[in-house]
Amino acid sequence: MIYSIIIIIMALIMLVMAFVAIMHKNLYVAVIASGIISLFASVIYVILAAPDVAITEAAIGSALTVVIFFYVLNKIRRTNDTK
Amino acid sequence: MIRNSILLILVAGVGIILWQELSVFQSPEKLNDVAGYYAKNGHAETGDANIVTSVVVTYRGFDTLGEVTILFITATIIGFLLKGKQAKEAWKRPDSEFLITASQVLIPVIFLVGVYIFVNGHLTPGGGFQGGAVIASANILWLSALKNSKINHNLLEFAESFSGFGFVLLGVLGIFMAGGFLDNKIFSLGTFGTLFSAGAIPVIYSLIGLKVGSELSKIVIDLNQTQEDAE
Repeated sequence: MIYSIIIIIMALIMLVMAFVAIMHKNLYVAVIASGIISLFASVIYVILAAPDVAITEAAIGSALTVVIFFYVLNKIRRTNDTK
Repeated sequence: MIRNSILLILVAGVGIILWQELSVFQSPEKLNDVAGYYAKNGHAETGDANIVTSVVVTYRGFDTLGEVTILFITATIIGFLLKGKQAKEAWKRPDSEFLITASQVLIPVIFLVGVYIFVNGHLTPGGGFQGGAVIASANILWLSALKNSKINHNLLEFAESFSGFGFVLLGVLGIFMAGGFLDNKIFSLGTFGTLFSAGAIPVIYSLIGLKVGSELSKIVIDLNQTQEDAE
């Protein structure tokens, strides 16, 4: 029962973060919001007894993807500035 | 306005379809045939404590080879696209003393956790892909905190090609010495549940871990080298 409540709360937070990721004007905030989605998803995977997927999601979804997005954002902004 | 309302109708339609699926959904009482076979015979056939690993490396090993190949092609294409676009002045802004000191302690520990995850892939949750991703995140910390140190490119490339070659070689050895491509019985199965067990699975998964780790690190390093200092 307590697990269902935790999962529902985290799913709601993920929904809110998804809206933030789509709607927010600042792209850096949007990227961090999508990273938070992955972080909560990995916790849900642990509760649903899938630790293999949880480790992947935590490492790739919330660390690697966010950093790669930041690198690319920085690069794109630079190219737009110089034009 | 029209575009937004069309989007709204699309989202509502998908929601209705999902709701109909959900209202008739019943969780199955028992595993289906394939999953039941793995759960019943997986331990005996592969000598592997973690069924997920035995499926990924042995039963579905060919798919794993495809995934590793896709990752390799991705890393190669990113390296190719960013080639020759080195930043004019190096991207060096001094960091805080706290970050530098803490990362010098943390980076070896994170590397060790990554190696632990893929070496114990046949015993505990996790494996090559997870361990490789953890190693790549340690490399990110290294790149962003210790900007003056250099990462050896030749070592990375050697690790990548060596592990890819070893993975395919072990798979081909399985054809001649055991039941087929990527069969794990080319080494003895050992005692169930110990580190040196499950035949070739720990070796193959360690090679996959090295390969994934070096490829993801290479993508990050390539992107990092083309960054310029933001003022």
